[in-house]
Amino acid sequence: MPQLTMRDALNQALHQEMARDERIIVLGEDVSGGAGGTSGEREASGGIFGVTKGLLPRFGEGRVLDTPISESAIIGAAAGAALAGLRPVAELMFADFVGVCLDQIYNQIAKFRYMFGGRSTCPVVIRMAMGAGMNMGPQHSQTIYSLLTAIPGLKIVIPSNAYDAKGLLIQAIRDDDPVIFLEHKALYPRKGEVPEEAYVVPFGEANLLREGEHVTVVAIARMVPFAERAVDALAKEGITCDLIDPRTTSPMDEETIIESVEGTGRLVIVDESPPRCGMACDIAATIAQKAFRSLKRPIIQVTAPHTPVPFAPALERQYVPGPARIEAAIREAMKDE
Amino acid sequence: MIDSMTLDKSRLLHAYRRMKMIREFEERLHVEIATGEIPGFTHLYAGQEAIAVGVCEQLSDSDYIVSTHRGHGHCIAKGCDVLGMMKEIYGRQGGLCNGKGGSMHIADMTKGMLGANAIVGGGPPIAVGAAIGSNDLAGRCRGFGMPAERVDGADFHAVFDAMGRVVQRARSGAGPSAIEAMITRFYGHFEGDPQNYRAKDEVAKLRMSMDCLKRFRARMLEGGPLSTAELDAVDAEAIALIDRAVIEAKAAPPPPAADLYSDVYINY
Repeated sequence: MPQLTMRDALNQALHQEMARDERIIVLGEDVSGGAGGTSGEREASGGIFGVTKGLLPRFGEGRVLDTPISESAIIGAAAGAALAGLRPVAELMFADFVGVCLDQIYNQIAKFRYMFGGRSTCPVVIRMAMGAGMNMGPQHSQTIYSLLTAIPGLKIVIPSNAYDAKGLLIQAIRDDDPVIFLEHKALYPRKGEVPEEAYVVPFGEANLLREGEHVTVVAIARMVPFAERAVDALAKEGITCDLIDPRTTSPMDEETIIESVEGTGRLVIVDESPPRCGMACDIAATIAQKAFRSLKRPIIQVTAPHTPVPFAPALERQYVPGPARIEAAIREAMKDE
Repeated sequence: MIDSMTLDKSRLLHAYRRMKMIREFEERLHVEIATGEIPGFTHLYAGQEAIAVGVCEQLSDSDYIVSTHRGHGHCIAKGCDVLGMMKEIYGRQGGLCNGKGGSMHIADMTKGMLGANAIVGGGPPIAVGAAIGSNDLAGRCRGFGMPAERVDGADFHAVFDAMGRVVQRARSGAGPSAIEAMITRFYGHFEGDPQNYRAKDEVAKLRMSMDCLKRFRARMLEGGPLSTAELDAVDAEAIALIDRAVIEAKAAPPPPAADLYSDVYINY
């Protein structure tokens, strides 16, 4: 099976879906990276992360729209185009920019179906790059999914590898509801086996990446490969873990996590978001409500601190939970043994 | 482009009927809201009918509009069912949004009405997307240098003609335009607004000088094709339909409890 980066897997998904359904349009800032500029190049880069590469020359300006820098216009236009029968894939570039267009996301797109009594849907996909680790500073590094997961009416998708990225993006495009698709910037170069043909990864089905008996580890996005390293290192010492990647935080596959905790009695949650009202809290609350009697030890949350993401590399390294912190947390969970 | 002077009798009657229907709908709501039976905020459109109808008479069901919190007039002018609208405002079963949207969110995709909108400024970005969906790509995202004209918002004919010009421009691919229609409101910003910002008798004077229905009737009397008897018949028809709308809305059951959890892809 071919090895692709997550970037190329996403690009392949966009190409295959746009070829399949001509109602799909792509719009956003610099999605072709050059159209509208003075270079004369119609496609200079295929987006700043290269995910939309080749779409403009293949599908034309009618379906690949390089927009002005107005996030509200991009997301609102996607909403209106969806109501008018298209299936837009909007790109927000950086997830941090969600603040500029939050009204269009949480007051408009998320509510249309419910507010109009089920008589319309809003099949919009909003792709956005998120996450710390590239020294991009406080306004280009946040994870933001906790905030978005709290909004009813949205589906929240967070791939951690190339295979999931392709299958989840295709599912998102084919879904009749609005989907927020969060791509961790540090994962774009991460390679994995990706089938050539189109396929879907369903929403609400967690991925059980490792099976063990001592500790359940739940990790999201870039925390997944970090947790893999920690879990694999501890396995050599005889401490074995279930490692679960929820893949979508809304809908959330609670069953897989509950069943695992019923077996292990110990839970470590790894989340790149700040600790308050975050995904780690949400998962911890679910387990406290639904699997309390299975717990042998308090739940441990490994999160970023309650601060903005710092710019200085030394501080940012401290901000992002890494394999060492995850390993320490799993050992902490095992302390009673 | 269709000029208001060339509108035939049936189209003038249609326009007058829609304006009168909006007026009657809103005047009746003003009375019914005072009974306390209608929940929530309601923003009345009375006084501005010539704008909604002058605009929408230039459009068809396949044209899209977005609206505002003061959207009842836009809905009626675009062809939304007044019985379904009244039920929606009462929050009842059979409302245009099954009672889940209310006064500020009435929508009907089949009429090209993309929703009243309780967020000021929320609609225009959505209109951009509707234009993309309608292949009016020429005008997308052009925020500057947009032609605009100002019209008397109490004059149906003036609004209709201004709209004719901008619709012709849009349909020819020349891009978006703006119309600034000068108008007032007969009621407060919302029902319950004490309107301390208004002069004594201001509204009474405005109802004499800026009533689009009176202006429309006066124009017909000065040699227009519609007779007073024909206009009176439309008035009676509108009053009867709004009466029926209120009776049906009050009789309609509230949405079932299970509806709280429907029309959203996942709920807890």
